[in-house]
Amino acid sequence: MNARIGSIAMNTFREAVRDRVLYNLIAFVLLLSGAAIFVGQISIEIEKLVVINLGLTAVSLFGVVIAIFIGIGLVSKEIEKRTLYTVLSRPVRRWEFIVGKFFGLTGTLVVNALCMAVGVFAALLYVAHRFVASDAQILVAVYFIVLQFVIICALALLFSSFSSPLLSAVFTFALFVIGSFSEDLRGFAAMTHGFTRWLSTGAAYIVPNLSALNVITPVAHGEPVPTQLIVNNTLYALAYAGMAICGAILIFERRNLK
Amino acid sequence: MSPRTRTTITASILLAACLAGSIFFLTRVDAMRTTATLDEVLFINSPKWVKRLSLGYDGLMADIYWTRAVQYFGSRHQAQAKSFNALAPLLDITTTLDPKLLVAYEFGANFLSPNPPFGAAQPKQAIALVEKGIQANPNAWKLYYELGFIYYMELKDYRQAAEAFERGSQVPGAHPFMKILAANMAQHAGDMQMARAVWTTTYESSQDKYIRGNAVAHLRALQVEEDVTRIQDAVTAYGKKTGELPPNMIALAKAGLLPGIPIDPDGHPYKLTSEGRVELQSPEDFPFATKGLPLGYKARAPRDLNQAVN
Amino acid sequence: MIAIETLNLEKTYMVGFWRKRPKRALLPLNLQVEEGEIFGFLGPNGAGKTTTLKMLMGLVFPTAGTARILGKDWTDPEIKAQIGFLPEQPYFYDYLTAHELLDYYGQLSGVPAKERKPRIEEVLRRVGLTEVKGVQLRKFSKGMLQRAGIAQAILHNPKVVFFDEPMSGLDPMGRREVRDLMAELKQEGKTVFFSTHILSDAEALCDRVAIIDRGELLRVGAVHELTSAVQGKVEVIWQGSQVPAALKTLDAECVVTGDTVRAVLPEKHQDAVIDLLRREKLRLNSITPVRTSLEQYFVEKLKSSEKSAGANG
Repeated sequence: MNARIGSIAMNTFREAVRDRVLYNLIAFVLLLSGAAIFVGQISIEIEKLVVINLGLTAVSLFGVVIAIFIGIGLVSKEIEKRTLYTVLSRPVRRWEFIVGKFFGLTGTLVVNALCMAVGVFAALLYVAHRFVASDAQILVAVYFIVLQFVIICALALLFSSFSSPLLSAVFTFALFVIGSFSEDLRGFAAMTHGFTRWLSTGAAYIVPNLSALNVITPVAHGEPVPTQLIVNNTLYALAYAGMAICGAILIFERRNLK
Repeated sequence: MSPRTRTTITASILLAACLAGSIFFLTRVDAMRTTATLDEVLFINSPKWVKRLSLGYDGLMADIYWTRAVQYFGSRHQAQAKSFNALAPLLDITTTLDPKLLVAYEFGANFLSPNPPFGAAQPKQAIALVEKGIQANPNAWKLYYELGFIYYMELKDYRQAAEAFERGSQVPGAHPFMKILAANMAQHAGDMQMARAVWTTTYESSQDKYIRGNAVAHLRALQVEEDVTRIQDAVTAYGKKTGELPPNMIALAKAGLLPGIPIDPDGHPYKLTSEGRVELQSPEDFPFATKGLPLGYKARAPRDLNQAVN
Repeated sequence: MIAIETLNLEKTYMVGFWRKRPKRALLPLNLQVEEGEIFGFLGPNGAGKTTTLKMLMGLVFPTAGTARILGKDWTDPEIKAQIGFLPEQPYFYDYLTAHELLDYYGQLSGVPAKERKPRIEEVLRRVGLTEVKGVQLRKFSKGMLQRAGIAQAILHNPKVVFFDEPMSGLDPMGRREVRDLMAELKQEGKTVFFSTHILSDAEALCDRVAIIDRGELLRVGAVHELTSAVQGKVEVIWQGSQVPAALKTLDAECVVTGDTVRAVLPEKHQDAVIDLLRREKLRLNSITPVRTSLEQYFVEKLKSSEKSAGANG
């Protein structure tokens, strides 16, 4: 069982790495990190601020784009293009396929994030000429971004298990946007009454809590991230991803493949 | 049991567990983040950048920031907070994103100037905000009203207040009482009638429930002030007449100094202490009252500003 | 031992957007395939062949019925180590090389690491892809892809192999090679189940065939049974150009070519035509049985099933 999941994960990773889309997007992010250096020079005191803000935002946004593209491409397209037939005619359980894909995807994105983060650190070193202790918090910010990716990948898999590639990408992206405002959604829900309140509260808790995983602004100002928050966010991301994957498994188990 | 059924059951149980887990951790994260989210606003030095980053979706972002501002104020207000540092920036960003969002200027006028826990104690910021609003909306008579309101209520600068009301009265479509307010401001600034007129105007001309609630609370406090002054005068008159303090309210009524047993706006009778002081039965229901309070009583913010609106 | 068995295997789809109507893709199918035989599943496009195969592979779930493969329930995942599947017009991971592809599939099928490499080499040699094993699949031609597909189907040495339209997209050389390969597989004791609409291939290869149309199984039997002269005809050639009138009653088709007449008529009228020719004093040149080709049989069968479907529907 584990060997099969591992095979699928490795294969997914290999697929992603050979897909040129990945390289283009990474290159773009590195470019942005470089650009951040020039933008920062507009105001001398905030060079570092701009590099971190712009760099990490690029890592986050483009990482999500990659996550969606590759996530959809690797599952939804696979189902649609029927590469799946020869896999499932082997002693591979359907759930093993989903889990293997998930690990392969997340693995790809972690490597991705690290590559892009290196770009940000390089730009930072260039403008600040050395690292200070508070820069370690940038790693926390990157870690949170990776947690965002984990959630997005799980959602991409969930939608791919029943939807066409295009719709899956749209839904996942929509949830990414809404999830970035999830705290506002909960605030809004608290101000409504009756049925609207019931509905919006439900939605506000189901939507991924991506806004809490965005600590770019405080980190740019050198503010430390509390350990409690790191722990709870990690557990949240794992639970949420677990939920999405279970959903994907339940749907996929039943799906008639065209 | 077929392998498929086994998978289904396992996945379903796991899904339920993960759902519960995610909601649990979400609430914990929320608890840690309440101050964090909005304090981030303090880091934003330039609202113009927020506008640029909105990529044209200014209206939506303005609405989001407006919602945050209201929530921020509401929750801190209930927690009896001593500072509202993020309120001015939040309103500034909101109005930069959508300069025509008049209610944001109104909110600032009403809640930036008073002292905590009723406001941010930043009347100058309030003025700056409303002036900004007037620049963007020169035909919004209401904003001139708000400007005059701040000068009158908080800064007690009656000349500036009169000037603001005057400017506003010249805007086409302005409410007629703008002229009246301008005219009376000079002479009757300190009068209770003035205050009452201003708060009534605020109540009638706003649709925001917080602002209205606030206005009603002030009107009730004014009523109490009027009542207590009248009753206190009656007590003094009684003392002059009989040389003694009245034992209770009935005595005052019998002496013809009061029409009946006086009751406060909630319908509860006023108390008469043994020292001859007039007091409210439940002072906590009248947050803005300046008279009728027991000695050493400290004003507290009401639990819910909405409650005041009936 | 029965290699493949279906018991009332059936599939009905609900089609339509607003009001769903049932579409019967496969009527209850009862089929048995013996171990070691090459079994052909014939039918026009849309007959239900691919649906049946997909159900057997567990890709589609039947509306009713079950199946057994090598005696075990068809949903048993372990049985999949014993079967190989080549889907119609297969797609593979474009960016993998043939070698990597087979390695991946080998892992999934549980081929132990030590055995994998030699098996891959052997299978590649067998399908003729050894030279291109390091080339990415997106550069493969259709024929090469088909061969890669066959390679992955037999890589793990399965006992039963399922091919869906294995000849599609191949040139005559390729088809010949695939036919040879399938014969080899039978030699090795494997059971081959394949679907096709190319009848000459079925005729050449199969021990038994099943004919299916519109989701309904029409006939199962050995090839020679179906094509033998149950409805057989004879070809009679005589000298001259005279066509006796009585021939019409004998259900004969006559063609005059030069100085001979060629008539094809049902075998049962053979004796009658000999007598007739003798009476007319015509010189008989030859009488030869005409075997119906599978194609003719097929077309006849489909025509009659169409008629009955028309009568019913």
